[in-house]
Amino acid sequence: MGSAIDRAKSPLGGDLAARLPIPAFPTHSGASADSTLPACFHCGEPCNERVFSDSAKVFCCRGCQAVHDLLAENGLGHFYDLNRYPGVRMRRSSPKEQWAFLDDPAVTQRLIEFSDGEVSRTTFHIPAIHCVACIWLLENLFRLHGGVGKSVVNFARREVTISFAARELQLSDVVVLLASLGYEPALNLGSLEERSEDRAERKQWLQLGVAGFAFGNIMLFSLPGYLGFDSLSGPLFRSLFGWLSLILALPVLIYSSSDYWRAAVLSFRHRVLTLDVPIALGLGALYGQSAFEILSGRGEGYLDSMAGLVFLLLCGRVFQKKTHERILFDRDYKSFFPLSVVRKRGGREETVALSAIEVGDHLVLRNGELIPADSRLLSGTGSIDYSFVTGESETATKVSGDYLYAGGQQSGSAIEVETVKPVSQSYLTSLWSHEAFSKNRDSVLDSLTNRYSQRFTKIVVAVAVVAGAGWLLAGQLDRGLKAFASVLIVACPCALALAAPFALGTAQRLLGRLQVFVKNGLVLEKLARANMVVFDKTGTLTSQRTQTVSYSRREGGVAQSGSSSIPDEQYALSICRQSTHPISTRIAEELSGRYPSLPVENMREVVGGGISATAGGHEVVLGSRAWLGELGVVAPKAKLPPGSEAYLAIDGRVQGAFVVGNSLRPDTEQLIEDLGGKYELALLSGDNERERMRFRELFGSDTQLFFNQTPLDKLGFVRRFQQSGKSVVMVGDGLNDAGALRQSDVGIAVVEKPGAFSPASDLILPACQVARLGRLLRFSRAVTRVVYVSFGISAVYNVVGVGIASMGILSPLICAVLMPLSSVSVVLFACGATTWVAQQCGLTPDELRGSPST
Amino acid sequence: MFVIVLLIFLSLVLATGFLGAFIWAVNSGQYKDTYTPALRVLTEEETTTKETPKH
Repeated sequence: MGSAIDRAKSPLGGDLAARLPIPAFPTHSGASADSTLPACFHCGEPCNERVFSDSAKVFCCRGCQAVHDLLAENGLGHFYDLNRYPGVRMRRSSPKEQWAFLDDPAVTQRLIEFSDGEVSRTTFHIPAIHCVACIWLLENLFRLHGGVGKSVVNFARREVTISFAARELQLSDVVVLLASLGYEPALNLGSLEERSEDRAERKQWLQLGVAGFAFGNIMLFSLPGYLGFDSLSGPLFRSLFGWLSLILALPVLIYSSSDYWRAAVLSFRHRVLTLDVPIALGLGALYGQSAFEILSGRGEGYLDSMAGLVFLLLCGRVFQKKTHERILFDRDYKSFFPLSVVRKRGGREETVALSAIEVGDHLVLRNGELIPADSRLLSGTGSIDYSFVTGESETATKVSGDYLYAGGQQSGSAIEVETVKPVSQSYLTSLWSHEAFSKNRDSVLDSLTNRYSQRFTKIVVAVAVVAGAGWLLAGQLDRGLKAFASVLIVACPCALALAAPFALGTAQRLLGRLQVFVKNGLVLEKLARANMVVFDKTGTLTSQRTQTVSYSRREGGVAQSGSSSIPDEQYALSICRQSTHPISTRIAEELSGRYPSLPVENMREVVGGGISATAGGHEVVLGSRAWLGELGVVAPKAKLPPGSEAYLAIDGRVQGAFVVGNSLRPDTEQLIEDLGGKYELALLSGDNERERMRFRELFGSDTQLFFNQTPLDKLGFVRRFQQSGKSVVMVGDGLNDAGALRQSDVGIAVVEKPGAFSPASDLILPACQVARLGRLLRFSRAVTRVVYVSFGISAVYNVVGVGIASMGILSPLICAVLMPLSSVSVVLFACGATTWVAQQCGLTPDELRGSPST
Repeated sequence: MFVIVLLIFLSLVLATGFLGAFIWAVNSGQYKDTYTPALRVLTEEETTTKETPKH
């Protein structure tokens, strides 16, 4: 893997600065320091095929050189000073026609955010953005084309917003320009969806700003009252300050805390008591009591406390949201569908928007392209990978006339298909729109805080009523009213409301540094309650990437007569190329590029046995030892490393054996052992039973193992586990297990790169951190305890406060001191304790650097 | 005494001005991305002969 690819995969979010490849000083060297092959000046890939030298600079391909020349001509050579090998490898040149569909008015209209006929503005998601130099180059696009105006990069989201002259450039021209530099935007159905988050985010900042403004100023007006400056707390100033505070607090009550009012009304209507109810009650009581005191000239009220509380609450909210702004949890399957597809009509190929496809259209699908709608294969050999739908890696071979489901991915040569169903009705979309996939997970009541507040609110209201009524019966109406209001004010669950957001927010932030992204705080609470962990196999416990291929040549193996120059591997590669079996494909993948292929004839594949063929005039057999025995080739049992073995025989003589190594992720055994005692475990695999024994050994005898599971089966299993009272954590591959992930109480998506699409998941776990799952679960329980202790602290404050308040003797000063004190101390405790707990659980970035992960 | 009242109103006007500036900043999208600007300063060229963007 070259550095450019690795960098492109460098994860989003977290402490990006730490991982940014920003050099301390500009480097100009054209050759790589550590590789034997010279590194491309543009992208840093080793130049192993052809080397194009331009004076002192070396490029791996014409594409990279072209980009370099283009930049140099336009005075953008600074790009190469900003970072070493900053470029993106030009893997393929995309013909201009490929983007023609973007000029379809329907598509253009939805991709353009703003246009006044002169200037248009659009935002593209460009996954290739990876370093400072990228930002610089993309923001200097205007130097490459006069029609491009301002372009602004959002690095965290890997987005660029470009303004361009609508008369000079079409949308496709802009994309072609980007693609010509290697920054091909990711265009898919999802990019057509409108974004509403901007407005919500803006409102959140404004609410916070207004609350902060009011808080600060009201505080200044309240200070003389607290400190007892007589000249200033005289009647004139007292009423002036009171009035000003009342006016300043009004926008806080109406605008800044509007979300709490709305939530309170909503929960009241649903007849549940969420924490929003006492907050709203408290705020209302605070403002009401203060207004009464100020207007009647009895005191200064508690408006500073009210504004301060709202300000802190909003701070907590921003704090909690901040951590996952870079990760989009709510993208759906549409982000995976391409926007365009090549349609064949009247003998001509044209790129059209996906939405323009009708039933009966002939489409051309090239290597790696998704089948957008259910279709019938017309010509070509389909080698369809349904891992997108079924989750497992084996490819299915399809011949002309076969039915192809949407979501499959063609590998190999191009095929021509005829669509049978429109895009929206195809299998994949129906799977996604399955009721369970779109289950409403709105379970506010589940949250710790809200369960606590159920009781809390009832008790508070009861105490307030009793206290008020008590004084009333005693004939002291005035004191009764005061007691009623004071109880509501003091009990206003500021500390309670702050405890969970700050503890869970800190936890999310700490996890974010480890590239573990949590959808919201509720997920951590649910994680703490889980008692069952269900694993998917492929992509979760095992990984294609970690499979090692080794070849052990038999000692004393004879070189074949007459062709001693051809190594064994070359024969193996030649025949493996013809097979779609996972082991063959893995061997072929490993060897290809190192050896050329030989012509192959008489290819034969026996399921569960192996493959045989004539390659380069020799009889080549590759398969299990038993199968070779059946063919009359005796293979001596060799001492081989653990893994799946494939013996190679040429002309009836065993030459050696390939071992496709144990593909379990490192530390999996440790993880299973960790979890074994505390959680019930299960394995759901879409793969066949081939590896049952191995996993039986790994998981022990009392774990349930299920093979040959479709995504819907998995979903059903998770539901059955839940019905039997289990709280299920599903650990799966983000895409393929989406249904089961969504059904489970906590769906953990294991991803190779955190920027990847992970629908339906609650928590995104990078593949290199899977082994840390045990610690993560332990951490979630510890954090929940922190929240409980914070609740305890705030409960103590409340009991003391309510006790005094119900006496009806609470002085404003005590009230004003008690409230901020309780809030701030709870916030400090929540943040501090969570950080400490994370260290205890071994979840710190330093730990990560020391470990041999990745 | 009157001077204090005057000062209080001046300070309020000033603070409201700052609030206005904040609202403007939020609405002009400055809070949308709080990360990239920190990186952008790293790429400033020494010889700033940037052409003005053409629309």
